[in-house]
Amino acid sequence: MLTSADLDTLFLTFKVASLATFLMLLLGTPLAWWLARTNSGWKGLINAVVSLPLVLPPTVLGFYLLVLMGPTGAIGELTSWLGLGTLPFTFAGLVVASVLYSMPFVVQPLQAAFTSIGEQPLEAAATLRASPLDTFFSVVIPLAKPGFLTATILGFTHTVGEFGVVLMIGGNIPNKTRVVSVQIYNHVEALEYSEAHWLAGCLLAFSFAVLLTLYTVLKTQPVTHPLK
Amino acid sequence: MTQPITARFKLNYDDFILDVDLQLPVTGITVLFGHSGSGKTTLLRCIAGLQHAQQGFLEINGKVWQDSQKNLFLPTHKRALGYVFQEANLFPHLTVAGNLQFGLKRITKKPDAIDLHRILELLGIGHLLKRMPDRLSGGERQRVAIARALALNPEILLMDEPLASLDFKRKQEILPFLSRLHQELNIPVLYVTHSQQEVAQLADTLVILEDGKALACGFLSETLSRLDVPLAQDREASSVWQVTIIEHETDYHLTHVAFAGGTLSLPMIDVKIGTSLRVQIYARDVSIALKATTGTSILNVLPATITGLTDDRSGQSVVRLQVGNQTLLAHITRKSTVSLNLQIGIAVYVQIKGTSILN
Amino acid sequence: MSLNACSRAVILSMLLLFSQTTWAATVLVAVAANFSKPMTEIAAEFEKATGHSAHLSFGSSGKFVSQLGNGGPFEILLSADEKGPQKLEQDGFTVPNSRFVYAQGRLVLWSAKPGYIDDQGKILTTGNFKHLALADPKLAPYGAAAVEVLKKQGLFEKLQPLFVQGENIAQTYQFINTANAELGFVALSQVIENGKITNGSGWIIPDNDHTPIRQGAVLMKKGAENPAAPALLNYLKSAPALAIIKKYGYDLPQ
Repeated sequence: MLTSADLDTLFLTFKVASLATFLMLLLGTPLAWWLARTNSGWKGLINAVVSLPLVLPPTVLGFYLLVLMGPTGAIGELTSWLGLGTLPFTFAGLVVASVLYSMPFVVQPLQAAFTSIGEQPLEAAATLRASPLDTFFSVVIPLAKPGFLTATILGFTHTVGEFGVVLMIGGNIPNKTRVVSVQIYNHVEALEYSEAHWLAGCLLAFSFAVLLTLYTVLKTQPVTHPLK
Repeated sequence: MTQPITARFKLNYDDFILDVDLQLPVTGITVLFGHSGSGKTTLLRCIAGLQHAQQGFLEINGKVWQDSQKNLFLPTHKRALGYVFQEANLFPHLTVAGNLQFGLKRITKKPDAIDLHRILELLGIGHLLKRMPDRLSGGERQRVAIARALALNPEILLMDEPLASLDFKRKQEILPFLSRLHQELNIPVLYVTHSQQEVAQLADTLVILEDGKALACGFLSETLSRLDVPLAQDREASSVWQVTIIEHETDYHLTHVAFAGGTLSLPMIDVKIGTSLRVQIYARDVSIALKATTGTSILNVLPATITGLTDDRSGQSVVRLQVGNQTLLAHITRKSTVSLNLQIGIAVYVQIKGTSILN
Repeated sequence: MSLNACSRAVILSMLLLFSQTTWAATVLVAVAANFSKPMTEIAAEFEKATGHSAHLSFGSSGKFVSQLGNGGPFEILLSADEKGPQKLEQDGFTVPNSRFVYAQGRLVLWSAKPGYIDDQGKILTTGNFKHLALADPKLAPYGAAAVEVLKKQGLFEKLQPLFVQGENIAQTYQFINTANAELGFVALSQVIENGKITNGSGWIIPDNDHTPIRQGAVLMKKGAENPAAPALLNYLKSAPALAIIKKYGYDLPQ
């Protein structure tokens, strides 16, 4: 059965993932829009940086974050100077790391969705008196809805599943940084297989349900071709 | 208000240069005609502000939309225009009504309900309001797109080959609507096309573009018959006359129409006497005789004066004639020109073998 | 395949294996994270002395025990405790009577800051630190020993909110080394060089402050036929190996 400590990790995981997903959408939407539209020479560089967590082992990312966000790292000095203290071993630090780690899972579907909208609906909106910002909210976001749905779900589930980064910067503090993936790992290491099974089963069921919803909902939605 | 539209643009990209300086009338349909790559769509996009010409000056209704010398460039959404794209370009996430309201919600000078109702009626889309765009036929989509542009009460309507993506049947479905627009609207329309058929049917003013330059700009009948413009040499070269129905001769199934300076007999048309319409006469259907021959089966034999004459290398001559107050083009063989000794200024008779009614 | 062909194939491959391994066999060793530095040196000496080679994997003992209980490929386990090898023995994965204690670990309270930690560990009561790093006591014997030390000093309740736990002792060291945690409990072997703590500052915990950290080694059944495996276990008990173990601050097994 799930212990109350296990339930705490589930709840904390949900909290981290929700907040990180919200922040990723907030930051990732303008970023993806810029990437989808720009001809700037920086595009390649920014794309590469954003996608880096896709190929880096999470432990590498976690290690860099541990160093950079620590008291002697660049980010750490900045956050200390701002009076925020340092981020490792904190809930905020976990959210920040999750945002960096899962960002490509939000930016890429959004970028693809924005790119597929093309120029024509934007031009139509402009000839109908809509300013670029107005167009973004009234045309781009509705047309990119499937992209937003995919981005939200992938960002959320990927954050739930993150492990290496948390291991590196979390410090396994109950209710602050002890998330479900770490808890499962610790159960396994402590040879508490039955607890590990319960928690892993919950995570598996949750992830499957989410992905199933994603694919069935997206499938039943009318396929929208923005250009027709 | 009667100040003409001034459009001067210089645009340079890749190996294409657009360089035009046009004065366009504020009424009627001005057709921008040219082959693909002639720059007609680019010109329209410059006028809409969808494309930013490095050098440009654009004034409509006394309002300056672009003046690159003063560093003025009004973004598209601040220009009081209506734009109809080649693809209808409706918003797929909105119903027909939602598409129509999209622009309406964003303008201050809203048209009144009667005007809106008239637009819906004019374009015959009143019954489609609740449909989503993907449930419309191509022709219906384009009609909605036109209504969406008109609903804005624009100061100018820009249409970029609105029929090009439609098949013949859909074109026939929309052309009458466009002709009615022509009669009922009092805003200038700039209409881009590469179809001579649409030129003949819709244009009041014709601008011919080639390689980014305007070869000719003037009233339809004048421009069509300009011998220095390739259009006159074309196999499809034609003249368009405005005529009025004066009599139906039911026994022979004929209709007689009057034009400025004479009459024509046409196959019976089922419209009321007094109706005004356009008649197209292909240059290849016109032959020339020195005398008014009597023994001919051709009904329409009219006195004319030669006002222009050219040869091309293929053995064909293009002859421009004055018939009453109308201009007429004739394509005849070079051999005939020589054997009849045709010269500018001589009086001849034209025989018109066929005509077609445009609307 | 007929039984005959099958057994021929087995014999052939065994011959092939044998012809290679008589000269220089390779043994796969799972090594507890705290023992990584001394074991690297020992393996090098072992190769020089015997011609065999040892491939080392470092990690937490708990993980290795889980893996070995589920078909993991290692032939020898050098655990951070006695519990893991015992469990594997009970479950019948090991060669009987091959289990022994190869070293006794020493715990140190360490900080990357020089002069931060006094040689009595008073800092634990007086210090104004935000994070105290230790290995997860549930998983790592060094973590469990650290908890014992704190409990003995009556500081456990007070300091528990400041705990940041590494999954193993190497990660705990990383927390402190990057200064994210001001101080923490690690293995002496991680911070000692030539018998002294050269980096930062530390207090070597007296070994009667906690249950001895007896680190057990065991030969897995997988390694029974590999000549390099018993050779390495024997070498661990040899004088050169014991010298290295001692150099890294471990007590020798009694």
